[in-house]
This record gives sequence, structure tokens and C-alpha cells, in this order.
Amino acid sequence: CGTSTKGQNGFVHLSALGTFKAAVLIQRWYRRYVARLEMRRRCTWRIFQSIEYSCEQDQIKLHNFFSYLMDHFTPSSSKERDFISRMLTEEESYKDTELEKLCDYESVEVLDSYTGPHLSFPLLPDHATALLEAFKQKQQLHAHYVLKLLHETRRHLMQLPNINHVSTCYSEEITICGDLHGRLDDLFLIFYKNGLPSPEKSYVFNGDFVDRGKQSVEILIILFAFLLVYPKEVHLNRGNHEDHMVNLRYGFTKEVMQKYKVHGKKILKMLQNVFCWLPLATLIDQKVLIVHGGVSDMTDLELLAKIQRHKFVSVLRGKKRKEKSRHMDSKVINGESPVGVDPPRSSSFPGSCLQPGLASMASRTELSQWVRQTVEEELEKCRRQVGFSETPGDKELTCVSSVTMTESELESCETSESSQGEWKQIVDLLWSDPMPQEGCKMNTVRGGGCYFGPDVTENILQKHSLQLLIRSHECKQEGYEFCHNRKVLTIFSASNYYEIGSNRGAYVKLGPDLVPHFVQYQANKTAHTLTLRQRISRVEESAFRALREKLFAHTSDLICAFKGYDQEETGTITLSDWATAVESVLHLGLPWRMLRPQLVHSTAGGLLEYKSWLDYLAVEQRSKEHIQSSLLETIYRNRSNLETIFRIIDSDHSGLISFEEFHQTWTLFSSHMNIELTDDGISDLARSIDFNKDGNIDFNEFLEAFRLIEHTHCDDKAALPTSDGC
Amino acid sequence: MAEEKEGAAAEAIIADIQKKITDAFEVFDHECNKTVDVREIGTIIRSLGCCPSESELHDLLAEVEEEEPTGYIRLEKFLPMMTKVLMERRYRPIPEDILLRAFEVLDENKCGHLTKEELVKYMTEEGEPFTQEEMEEMLSAAVDPETNTVRYRDYITMMVVDEN
Repeated sequence: CGTSTKGQNGFVHLSALGTFKAAVLIQRWYRRYVARLEMRRRCTWRIFQSIEYSCEQDQIKLHNFFSYLMDHFTPSSSKERDFISRMLTEEESYKDTELEKLCDYESVEVLDSYTGPHLSFPLLPDHATALLEAFKQKQQLHAHYVLKLLHETRRHLMQLPNINHVSTCYSEEITICGDLHGRLDDLFLIFYKNGLPSPEKSYVFNGDFVDRGKQSVEILIILFAFLLVYPKEVHLNRGNHEDHMVNLRYGFTKEVMQKYKVHGKKILKMLQNVFCWLPLATLIDQKVLIVHGGVSDMTDLELLAKIQRHKFVSVLRGKKRKEKSRHMDSKVINGESPVGVDPPRSSSFPGSCLQPGLASMASRTELSQWVRQTVEEELEKCRRQVGFSETPGDKELTCVSSVTMTESELESCETSESSQGEWKQIVDLLWSDPMPQEGCKMNTVRGGGCYFGPDVTENILQKHSLQLLIRSHECKQEGYEFCHNRKVLTIFSASNYYEIGSNRGAYVKLGPDLVPHFVQYQANKTAHTLTLRQRISRVEESAFRALREKLFAHTSDLICAFKGYDQEETGTITLSDWATAVESVLHLGLPWRMLRPQLVHSTAGGLLEYKSWLDYLAVEQRSKEHIQSSLLETIYRNRSNLETIFRIIDSDHSGLISFEEFHQTWTLFSSHMNIELTDDGISDLARSIDFNKDGNIDFNEFLEAFRLIEHTHCDDKAALPTSDGC
Repeated sequence: MAEEKEGAAAEAIIADIQKKITDAFEVFDHECNKTVDVREIGTIIRSLGCCPSESELHDLLAEVEEEEPTGYIRLEKFLPMMTKVLMERRYRPIPEDILLRAFEVLDENKCGHLTKEELVKYMTEEGEPFTQEEMEEMLSAAVDPETNTVRYRDYITMMVVDEN
């Protein structure tokens, strides 16, 4: 054809188009296509990250709820009082605190019908490899052996210092892995590519072994087994998810109960006492520091080395009733330095504030000795007041757990200022994130730890003559990422973390030259067969579903915001105003104008009919017309918190709570959230779940009812363990 | 009066465009300091709806780079340039039929498809050549595995649907 078209872009004389120009045209077009995919990929990533962090922010709301309870709620009956104290205490039914008796494995009988692996102690390499094989066959380790393994692990960990010292001269190369989060496939892949731990192959696992993924139990068993078999070569750091309070929310508690049912409770209790003994950091050749989260401007390795780390069973503490101590506590929880706080009433405190950075070496030793002594005294006081008998070897009762136990019982037990300083050292190590700007500020997104700048990194490295800080805690698209002038390395080992195809995992190897070598991987066959476009689409779908749910959960606030831009009440707003309004409500810091095409599908002349758009969002949720819409929104917005609360109430971990408890939870929650909720409203809610378990509510079912329908990936469905008498 | 209204409407349009540009820019602003790596500018410009060739991109970059190139582009330089580009509707996307004709030009035998080798040759040797990565990625979606050819008409249709 010989027509020539003259368009705005200068597509002139097409008839004379040579192959050169044709090629340029195609290449131009294609490059634009790829650029748009790249933009979509980045936006999807941002969505996942901001939702993940805002979920962690929920933890703060949960604390607010508990402190609200403690401050405002006066139980009107002993039943209510019991209910509240059950929410706030860790364990009620166990009076005997001796761990051996508490979590004994002797009484857990291994039946002949059990076909899984058997362990004998001391563990041998064969046991470890047998466990790997068994888990590949989807078998489950019997509770008896799990408990025994946990006891032995704890015994071993107790001998370790807070900061593990490792040298590269013994085993030439050290492999460092980041977050695994229950992804057994990734661990298998790492062992496959890199080899099993052995005297020639050292490993450091940098925390967050559990939660989110569905095989946290298996990962722990494998890591602990290798730890016992090769104690000199395998090193574990504690992560922020090695914490039973976090596990309640993020799935590990649920996994243990589902897999171990009757014995699950023992296992969970035991785990609390294993997690708290995990070392806080690993130091390679005195030059490379490995911690899970990061550091802060207050981080002091010398102080850290002296802390009694096992005292901090959970780093998420409840608030105390007293006005003064609540003030102190909220400051500490927000990650601020304890300096400048009023000295507590206890008389044994010196006048000067705790400034580890300023004190000289000699007096620091004295200080830490004094700290230990005072904390011990406080512990004793708490214990006596609660009526615990002083049994020898009763050192396991931690400061934190005793405080939470006594909070509702008595009002005068205060944690010492020094132990709050220690608490901050640990929280900073496990929860902090690096930031590009200089300085150090509280990490309000996570609700704990700090954001630390390149100057903070530089100071720490110089102060202790280090050359590199390796940490994990944040998912990275390529599995690893440098920052702070390559002085900080983030290593993340859970591939496909958000969704299949979302990111690679990686591990890093260090030889005696301490030059990092990376290996990346993606543990899912499907991811490899998809084209770039398909991979991005899949992850994108997942991200946008989560985002739409979030939008739905804020329907009423959004309507208010939209109306603000619709003064003439036309029922429409411009797309630009839509973007501004949405950000003002959700505070996710997302590029809404870039995301708009995926979220808003029908516009007329650049205007959006916002009411029908919100209806469209609502359609995706299962229809529950008989439940008032504000309540529905609340459930969606607080589902994580509700789940955590239910799990805490469900002290026997059965998955069921009574209708009365359900009712009470809702009454408290709705008064805290300022929602009008009648008794009828609650009954309607209960009726929406089909339950006939003699007055009990399966709260898993309840929560499932308020989830968007998720498309299941066949790869993700973990095969149920064979029932082999466990 | 009418002029005032028009003026206000025009301002609103410009403000809207500037917000769009800023949003796109911020996606790549990893250090949150209003700068992006120069290598990402092409992606940003293209995702805002423009379809420049590599040499046109080069010219645009020259306008926003610092006198002594630092490897970073600042938003304050990028914004006015990009606003102008969008206002003037430069580098518009290529219409489907033009794209089709470009493929037809390469299809010497006019048989409705290109062989894999032909496509590779044109894309990596002519025009503004692809990198190996770009080539591989295009092939993964464009080549019909059974015939080992690129049925370009279908390919274009598929890609266009994807975008929308």
C-alpha cells in the first residue's frame, strides 16, 4: 500500500518506511510496554510493603486496646474480671512453674502406629538428615520428640553468650541466611544449592524462622536439630518473630495447634522458653556484625553482652495501670531513650540517669552488676506478691511475664528503669530498619525499634572496629540489598514472600577475606515458566485485592473525604481529588495516580461517581446484608487484632470460645472503638456464622467469613500431615 | 469572565499533570530526596504515556541532567520539562495499525508472520538495537512455540489487550 499518513507524531511517508525505521518503531513501542510493566511491578511492591507495615502498626492499636481495658474497664462481676485477666495474663491454669514438669515429654506417649522419625539424644547427623527426608515426605515429628528436642535446644542455648563469636579460620566459608518465615521449600533449596551444615560448612540463620509460611514447625525442628548436631558450625540469631505475642497474630501459634492439637499447648509454652534463649547477635572475625533488625544510636554491644536476654520472653509488653509508669512505658514502647524519665519510686536507684554511652568502662561493669541485682530484687518482689512459691531453679519466670501476670492483680510492681534500657537495646536490635536520611528516629510504622541513618551505622562500625553490618527483617525484591554506602547488607531468604513471583530469596557467603558472595533463587517452579508479564500480573492481582479490601474497610471515612471535594453534591469528584482523598484516609503513601487505572474502572469525562465505586468494592466481599455496615468495616479493619484477641482468650487453644466470651469481647471492643453496637447487633453477628458447637464459636470460621475469596495456588496447598498417632 | 474561567481550568489541568509526574517520579525515588537514578528516567517518561525513541530520550535527558552529570536527576529539573512534554502531547503512543504496518515492512515475503531468526536479526541489528535481555523477553511472549514463528498480528492484539 502506498498511502502516506501525516499524523502529529510525524508518521510521514509510510510507503518509504525502510526496515530501519520499522525496527525503531517496534523497538520504541516495545520499550514503552516494558517500562509500563516495570512501573506496575514497582507499584505492586510498594502496595505490599505499605500494607505489611500498616498491619504491624495494628500491634500498637492492640496495645492501646489493652491499656484502654486496664484504665477504663471496671469489671462488674467476677466473671468479667476473670475474662479480663485471662486476656492480660499469659497462662492461668499452670501454677507450677518448673519447666521440666510443665512441658514434660515423658508423659507424651509414642504409639506403635507412629511412622515418623524417631530421635535419640545426643543427636547425630543421621537424625538431622532423617528429619529432612521425613519432612520431604510430608511426615510430622511426634510431639514427644519435639518436646525433647526443645528441651535439649534450650539447654544448649543457655550456654551461649548474647553475642556469638564466630571465626572464619575454622570453616573457611560462612553462609548467612535471612528471614525464612516458615517457607520450608526455601530452606530445602538453600541446602540443595549450598550443602548441608557440616564441620566444613558453617551457617548463620538470622532470625524470623516462623510465622506467615505454613511450615514454621518443620523449619524450627530442622534448625534446632542441626544446631545440636553441629554446635560449632550452626548459629541462630533471634528475630522479632521469635516471640509468642507476635506468633499469636502471624500464624505460628495457629500452625502449632493445628498440627499438634492436644500437645500443642506444651510445645508453645516450651517454645517461649527456647526463643528467649536465642542469642541476639553474631560477630564474625570481630569484623562483621549480624543482627536481625538493625541498630540505633543507643546500641551498645558491651551492654548487650551483659544483659540477661532470657528475661525478655516477649518484647511486646503490656502497659501498666499506674499513671506514672504508663507514661514511662509508653515512652519506651515508642522507642525513645529512657533518658529524662522520672526515677521510679524504688529507692535503690542511683541519681544519675542511665547513659551507657557516657559511663566509663569500669563503672559500666559496676552498673551492670547493680542492674542485675536490682532486677533480681524486682523479680523477687513481683513473684512474692503474686504468691509464687520460691522453688529452686525458678529462674525462668521472666520480668515481662511476671509483670503481665501482676498487672491486673496489683498495681505497685514497676519495672526498673535499667531493665527498660535493656529492653530498648533488644528491641532496637530486633525491630529497627535502615533509612537513607541521617539520624535516628522512632520506627512508628513497626511500633518498635528505630529508623537508623548512615551516620548511626558509621558510628557503630567505628566504635567497635567493624566493617559490615548484616541484617534481615525487610523483604527485598532481589533477595538482598546494600545501603549506607555498602556498609549495611539486608539479606532475605524467603522467596515469593508476598505472592508467587513477587521476589527472589538470597543467601550470602563470607570467606576469610569477608567479601560477600550472593546466591539468589526462587523456590517455585511455576514462577519460572511464566513470562515477565504473567508474573507481574499475578503478583499485581494479589496486591490489588489486598488494597481493595483496605479501601473497603474505610468506606465511611472515604465517603466523608469524597464529599469534602463534592461541595455541589453532584455525586462525582475529579480523579485528582480522588487520589488526594484516598491518601488522606489510608495514609499508605502510595502513588495513587499511578494505581488508579487498576482501581477505578469507569469514569465519565474524568469524573468518578464515588458512591457506585464504593459499592463496587463492597460487592467483592461476601454478602452480609444483615450486618450493619459500620460493623462490617470495623471487622475488616481490625481482623488481625480480633484474631489475636480471640487467640489470647482461647487459653486452651481449642479454636473455640463461648458465645459469652464472644459477646464480651465485642462489647469491650466496640466501646473502645466508639461503635454503636446493640446486643442484637452482636447476636446478628454470631448468627451469620453457622455454628452448632454447643454454644461455642469457632473463631477461625468467623474470621474466614470476613476474608475476600482468595484464589488458591495448588503449589501452596501444603499436604496435610499423615495422621500417624501424633 | 470566560477568560478567567478558562485560565483557572488550564491551571487545574497543569496542576493535575504535575501531580501525576510527581507520583511517577516518587515511585523511583528510593532515598526520598526528590532524585532518581538517571537510568530510571526512561521508565518514568514512558509510564507517563510517552513513547520516545532512544535518541529522543537522550535529548530529553540532556535537558535535565546537571552540568556535571551526577548519575541522578532532580525532580525540580524534571518536572518543568516533563510538564511541557505532556502539555504539548509529544511522543504519543504508536497506533495499532501503524505498528502492524511496521511489522509488515519487516515481513518481506508478506506471509503474515516472521521467523524467530528474522525478528532477532531486525531487533538486534537494525534500528536502536535490543539488549540480549530485551530480546529474550520479547521472544518469550511473541514466539508461537509450535511453529517457532512470530504471528505478529496476533501478537499485537494480545499486547494491546494486556495494556488495557
